[in-house]
Amino acid sequence: MSAPALNAPKTARSGGRTNYEMWSWIFMRVSGIVLVFLVLGHLLIMNVLDGGVQRINFAFVAGRWSSPFWQVWDLLQLWLAMIHGANGLRTIINDYSERDQTRFWLKAALMVATVFTIALGTLVIFTFDPNIS
Amino acid sequence: MAATVPEQITRLQVTFKIARFIPETDEEPHYEEYTVEALPTDRVLTVLQKIKDEVDGTLTFRRSCAHGICGSDAMRINGRNRLACKTLIKDLNIKKPVVVEAIKGLPLEKDLVVDMEPFFQAYRDVMPFLISEGHDPTKERLQTIEDRAVFDDTTKCILCACCTTSCPVFWSDGQYFGPQAIVGAHRFIFDSRDAGTDVRLDILNSKEGVWRCRTTFNCTDACPRGIEVTKAIQEVKRALMFRRD
Repeated sequence: MSAPALNAPKTARSGGRTNYEMWSWIFMRVSGIVLVFLVLGHLLIMNVLDGGVQRINFAFVAGRWSSPFWQVWDLLQLWLAMIHGANGLRTIINDYSERDQTRFWLKAALMVATVFTIALGTLVIFTFDPNIS
Repeated sequence: MAATVPEQITRLQVTFKIARFIPETDEEPHYEEYTVEALPTDRVLTVLQKIKDEVDGTLTFRRSCAHGICGSDAMRINGRNRLACKTLIKDLNIKKPVVVEAIKGLPLEKDLVVDMEPFFQAYRDVMPFLISEGHDPTKERLQTIEDRAVFDDTTKCILCACCTTSCPVFWSDGQYFGPQAIVGAHRFIFDSRDAGTDVRLDILNSKEGVWRCRTTFNCTDACPRGIEVTKAIQEVKRALMFRRD
């Protein structure tokens, strides 16, 4: 009876050290905390303060986005929420898809949807025209 | 043995509902019930052995020391991963059948026996042995009591697989190193005498490493040795975040 042969440990990888999973983990924590304030603040301003949801119309949105402060707020909220959500879904896809093909296509669809939504939202925030007829 | 049991000790009729699987004939595991007499102070392992000896000799399970140190008889007892030799009948609700199943997430071989090889491979992958640097000393490798205390908890592991097979990430993604391998790595990462910390941290920094942990604490609840497994995993995460390159 002999000891089981030891396979080479999982160190032999091409390329240098990557910290991708670590940074994605840290990003989830940091963006989560920032989003708590951004989203709760957003909900409070839009739905509760100053007459609440009743006063929201085209002019109100136009007025807000004429200010760089609200542009940055909404932009940050959009990017953080989208990347936070997409990264969470990426983790779930990694967990539950069993075949490489399935995993690849699910991630591709997720990527397309995320990039499209972020691009469209960013475009609207920066090119919003209050004088549109 | 029976002759030495005092009168006042109650004998119980306990029913075990055991997940049976015979690979030659069964497609899927099925449950079979066995009722035997037992004492409240009997262990689940004793009752399983009694069923095998007196009722059905084909019942297959793994056991070695029967005293909670070899880690052979991990199984799901009433839905919780435990060692059959450390679980007493009096601590279970015997008004209903006691459900005994194989641990989840590893290939089922027969009845309560699973193929432990993927589990052991993950342990080997973190290199659970002392890696030294330079010339070997001519005397013992000494360390202070404080240095020893840092990793004391993770030296208690008996490789029973209770933690890894209670982890929902391991169930759905068998490539994940699993709590036990991280505990095994922790024992050396935080050992002041070891020089392989960077290599082990690199391994656990990979896609299937510590970042897959979702801190559900199933592993800590399951550990029959009382190791704070989730805490150990978090300590490895922290070491990765604050290490200097």
